[in-house]
Amino acid sequence: MTDRTSAETLNRRRFLGAAGLAGAGAALSAIPALAEAAKPEPLITEVQDWQRYLGDGVDKHPYGVPSKFEKNVIRRDVPWLTASAESSVNFTPLHELDGIITPSGLCFERHHGGVAEINPADHRLMINGLVDKPLVFTMDDIKRMPRINKVYFLECAANSGMEWRGSQLNGCQFTHGMIHNVMYTGVPLKVLLDEAGLKPNAKWLMLEGADSAGMNRSLPIEKALNDVMIAFAMNGEALRPEQGYPLRAVIPGWEGNLWVKWLRRIEAGDQPWQTREETSKYTDLLADGNSRKHTFVMDAKSVVTNPSPQAPLKHKGRNVLSGLAWSGRGTVKRVDVSMDGGRNWQTARIDGPVFDKSVVRFYVDFDWNGQELMIQSRAIDTTGYVQPSKDDLRKVRGVNSIYHNNGIQTWLVRSGGETENVEIG
Amino acid sequence: MSKSANALTLVLAACLLGGMTGPSAAQQMAGRDVTKPSAKLGLGRAATAEEIAAWDTDVRPDGRGLPVGKGTVKQGDDLFQEKCASCHGEFGQGVGRWPVLAGGAGTLKADRPDKTVGSFWPDLSTVFDYIKRAMPYGNAQSLTNDEIYALTAYILSMNDIVKDEKFELNEKNFTSIKMPNAAAFFEDDRETSEKQFWNKNPCMKDCRPVPKVTGRAMSIDVTPDGKSGPKVE
Repeated sequence: MTDRTSAETLNRRRFLGAAGLAGAGAALSAIPALAEAAKPEPLITEVQDWQRYLGDGVDKHPYGVPSKFEKNVIRRDVPWLTASAESSVNFTPLHELDGIITPSGLCFERHHGGVAEINPADHRLMINGLVDKPLVFTMDDIKRMPRINKVYFLECAANSGMEWRGSQLNGCQFTHGMIHNVMYTGVPLKVLLDEAGLKPNAKWLMLEGADSAGMNRSLPIEKALNDVMIAFAMNGEALRPEQGYPLRAVIPGWEGNLWVKWLRRIEAGDQPWQTREETSKYTDLLADGNSRKHTFVMDAKSVVTNPSPQAPLKHKGRNVLSGLAWSGRGTVKRVDVSMDGGRNWQTARIDGPVFDKSVVRFYVDFDWNGQELMIQSRAIDTTGYVQPSKDDLRKVRGVNSIYHNNGIQTWLVRSGGETENVEIG
Repeated sequence: MSKSANALTLVLAACLLGGMTGPSAAQQMAGRDVTKPSAKLGLGRAATAEEIAAWDTDVRPDGRGLPVGKGTVKQGDDLFQEKCASCHGEFGQGVGRWPVLAGGAGTLKADRPDKTVGSFWPDLSTVFDYIKRAMPYGNAQSLTNDEIYALTAYILSMNDIVKDEKFELNEKNFTSIKMPNAAAFFEDDRETSEKQFWNKNPCMKDCRPVPKVTGRAMSIDVTPDGKSGPKVE
């Protein structure tokens, strides 16, 4: 009896949480939540296994993992997007998360030549070019430097890139999941540059990775000296291999491709290098055939993560709408939410820490009577930038930019609670 | 940073005003801004010329970083068929979803632009720099400089930027090659060209007509693994 009840509970979780919501209307709970249950719940009246028998001891999981009931909370990829998994991307399951910190194991991955596996004892960081003294640092050297801790979002410039021409992927994991928000520990880049001594004509840096793609990007010196850091830890522990272990660049507010992982070299120069990733990629092709380059800053953006296609509404009555907002230009000042496709807006409640160039978490607590909703959110940052509608963005960018799509997302919530990615006009 | 700067200002102000009751050395350390220039830490060691030469292989549009070397279109063709064509196709047309290297001229304003080395890339140096560091995929840094010149020459040829298969590319004539789309790139101007997105009073009430659904991700049905959306119909 107990076993069957547990299995049913689990099946229902899977059914509603991720595996689809066929006939979901029938699954919606009734509004009178306070009504007395018809029969006593065995979950309460019978002793459950976990209440009678001993559980795992402290030696079972030297490094803890999530509950087995959370096995659906994983990064997912879109196989048709790329030719090879080693030069590809997967997506953060935003609809399963809350607060502002992305768990390290769920941070989306983007590699260009697979994950480099580097023993930190074998890692070297070189600084050369227009410096007084070219230097080589070990990880031990770097860990003897003055350290800082900062929370920043990292968004891939191609996040939402599949949605320029219209709704394409049905889930915020896929439409918006190329973002994560992490606390980094590391050293201001300026500290390392001061050690080498920048020459006055050093205007750009080239950052280079130790991976098999030798990822390289040019970075203006003003940004490098302002808030860029070289990080060796995320969320309190060493960087994960897929996030650049043992060392990565952190370029607050700027597109993720600049945050070179497995960072092995920084060269100072007097002009940009025009690398593959800043010319053939990560430039924004406009409708007139010209292309914007050096589009580093991530414009203000937001998304409602719940409800969303992978996390439909399950109950009438009280509900929590939740989402994330961020801006590469500073701090999110306000988030507005619309339930009617942008006709009318209300200001959402931001809860939790509000840091510079970090995501914020927002909520709208609302009652739902089963009516159709067209849910949108718009971020407003400290510079006064207001996240534009997809149509307004297309008017100035066309549909071939690939990158920097920060248009307002619309989720259609149907009467049964099913939620889907739609375009509206 | 501004917080730290403020803390430093406070510490200094307290020193000036407080005299004997000023902050302790420990408090001053706490207020120190680690992003400010400081005495050198004395960490790291000098990089040797050999070490720099081993890693500093990058090439810029002005030719800085180009190694001595040479290769012809014909040599590049032979190498390309052996080492590159399995992904990029015999003529750079791309196999499956692997990158297309050739063609696409005149398509950048089209509904489906074809962004190739010939139609899109602004600088030839990018081709050399990228092959040198990352190609062939899965066997990076295995080509000689002469081989990279030859492959670069062949990519120019497949894009009709050079016509003669006897053409030899080398470090001397490299920067004379101009790419067709070089003039089409301009610096980020979003803060002026998209000024309208800065709006002090975004509309809150009756902002638009009643919206209608004009497109649905579900009708395209390309979302992977079937776990992401309910099947309603």
